[in-house]
Amino acid sequence: MQNENSQINSEAKKRKAHLGKLVSVDPRSPKKGPVTIMMTDGVLIPKKDTHVFNSWRTTFFGSILLLVVLVVFKPEPYLKIFQVCASGIPVTFECTIFAILGAIVIGLFCGLGSVSKHVVLNRISGVYVELIRGIPLLVQLIFIYYALGKLAHIEGMAAAIVSMAICFGAYMGEIVRSGIQAIPKGQMEAAIALGMSRTQAFVNVILPQAVKIILPSIGNEFISMLKDSSLVSTIALSDILRRGREYISRTFLSLETMLVVALIYLIITLMLSRLVGLMEERLSSNG
Amino acid sequence: MAKEKIRIENVCKTYEGKSEVKAVRNATLSVKEGEVVVIIGPSGSGKSTLLRSVNKLEFITSGKIFIDEYEVSSPSCDIRKVRENVGMVFQSFNLFPHLSVLQNITIAPMKVKHMERKAAEAKAMELLFRVGLAEKAKAYPNQLSGGQQQRVAIARALAMDPAIMLFDEPTSALDPEMIKEVLDVMISLAQSGMTMLIVTHEMGFARAAADRVVFMDGGEIIEQGSPSDLFDHPANPRTQTFFEHIL
Ligand SMILES: Nc1ncnc2c1ncn2[C@@H]1O[C@H](COP(=O)(O)OP(=O)(O)OP(=O)(O)O)[C@@H](O)[C@H]1O
Ligand SMILES: [Mg+2]
Repeated sequence: MQNENSQINSEAKKRKAHLGKLVSVDPRSPKKGPVTIMMTDGVLIPKKDTHVFNSWRTTFFGSILLLVVLVVFKPEPYLKIFQVCASGIPVTFECTIFAILGAIVIGLFCGLGSVSKHVVLNRISGVYVELIRGIPLLVQLIFIYYALGKLAHIEGMAAAIVSMAICFGAYMGEIVRSGIQAIPKGQMEAAIALGMSRTQAFVNVILPQAVKIILPSIGNEFISMLKDSSLVSTIALSDILRRGREYISRTFLSLETMLVVALIYLIITLMLSRLVGLMEERLSSNG
Repeated sequence: MAKEKIRIENVCKTYEGKSEVKAVRNATLSVKEGEVVVIIGPSGSGKSTLLRSVNKLEFITSGKIFIDEYEVSSPSCDIRKVRENVGMVFQSFNLFPHLSVLQNITIAPMKVKHMERKAAEAKAMELLFRVGLAEKAKAYPNQLSGGQQQRVAIARALAMDPAIMLFDEPTSALDPEMIKEVLDVMISLAQSGMTMLIVTHEMGFARAAADRVVFMDGGEIIEQGSPSDLFDHPANPRTQTFFEHIL
């Protein structure tokens, strides 16, 4: 019994050590093995690395330096390229931000569906996740985009946002599910033993703890979505990539333009991954 | 003659699964108002299952359970009303880690009984004072020792004004030096007249605080009696063997 307790403690520490991997800490529940919560190829959160030139800093400042050098010392053609592509940044962000809000809403329902004991709800969210997982993202996006145009007459930015939300809602659902399942069974038991209904227990006890666990994963998902929004640009969005490609078709400066496009994405992504890392640190330090 | 508070009649519980487990077999037990009953027995003997059937954390397979005159094992009974009236303390504390000590205690009275925040907090402070942790009201569970967490868990259960308190190995997850502080709280609760059903391996506590001790083995209630009868003159050979092993 004594070591059961220390096992709980050490598992809690492990969980804090790397929130990416969640471990069921309820001593009663059968060992399910670690549940991995990172579902997509989001940028790895930078590890705490005390050296001044850790790999994050090297990449981040290296790419900024390269971009600045190109623009300052070879303004022809890089300044123009930069101006054209950077004007797509707000579009990329707008699409990503609205899409992730949509994905969170879908993900919440999907996650709740997959932990629910209600067979129909459970099956619906299961099939949704399987569908989304099994079809290449670009194919889904184009398909949903055209379907939206044909059936609902939604086009452009709105269609891009909806298709991204539907595609990423499934991954978000898996994140929500593993977040909920990471909460020890004893929490629900203690809440209902006090007379709370299951819904009350879920809202007041389970969800607040699950949100804290899944917040960094949602941040990672945001980064993935920001990168993958470039896929939508092939059909709908006037974003960073699209503006670059249009510029290429006018000037034939393909390599130069794509270099700038890549650098812009890289810098944004690295900044965001740093933010997610900081958020994760704060969350794990106060609780 | 005190009136009967809990009556467990011919209760069986079988866990369905790959292999069926008969966790409780034909258990019959009654607890009077204000009585402190301790259940002992080897690991896997069905003690937790029996205890958790009383507040319907487990649903029994057959038999009946009454609290006062109310049959809680009937399908039509309002589970939440039962649980409001029966406090439970777990081996692993199960405090809510995202809430402060005070919030842990006030959440159920506020959500379930719709108590005003002010009143709930006043009551919580009174209970914290009773378990000797008034100065920890603002702390979070992870800032407390195991013994302190378990005392908060007791206060949290008491905040619902239960008529009955269930304890499932409340000291088994504690370091030895913290066991006493929790047992002291339980003893004072017993002295205040609370009806208590306790699963524990603390034989010293059972001898000192129990009105009656129940020995379970293999899902069955083998023998019960006053602490001195059971500890000093166990009638059943299985009880005797159990004591030989643990003493
Ligand atoms: N949820 C469950 N599903 C299947 N079998 C279970 C479940 N819970 C308990 N059991 C089984 O039922 C039997 C009785 O378990 P129970 O937890 O009631 O014993 P216990 O006397 O409390 O033991 P301990 O002292 O180890 O806590 C055991 O064989 C156990 O493996
Ligand atoms: Mg037990």
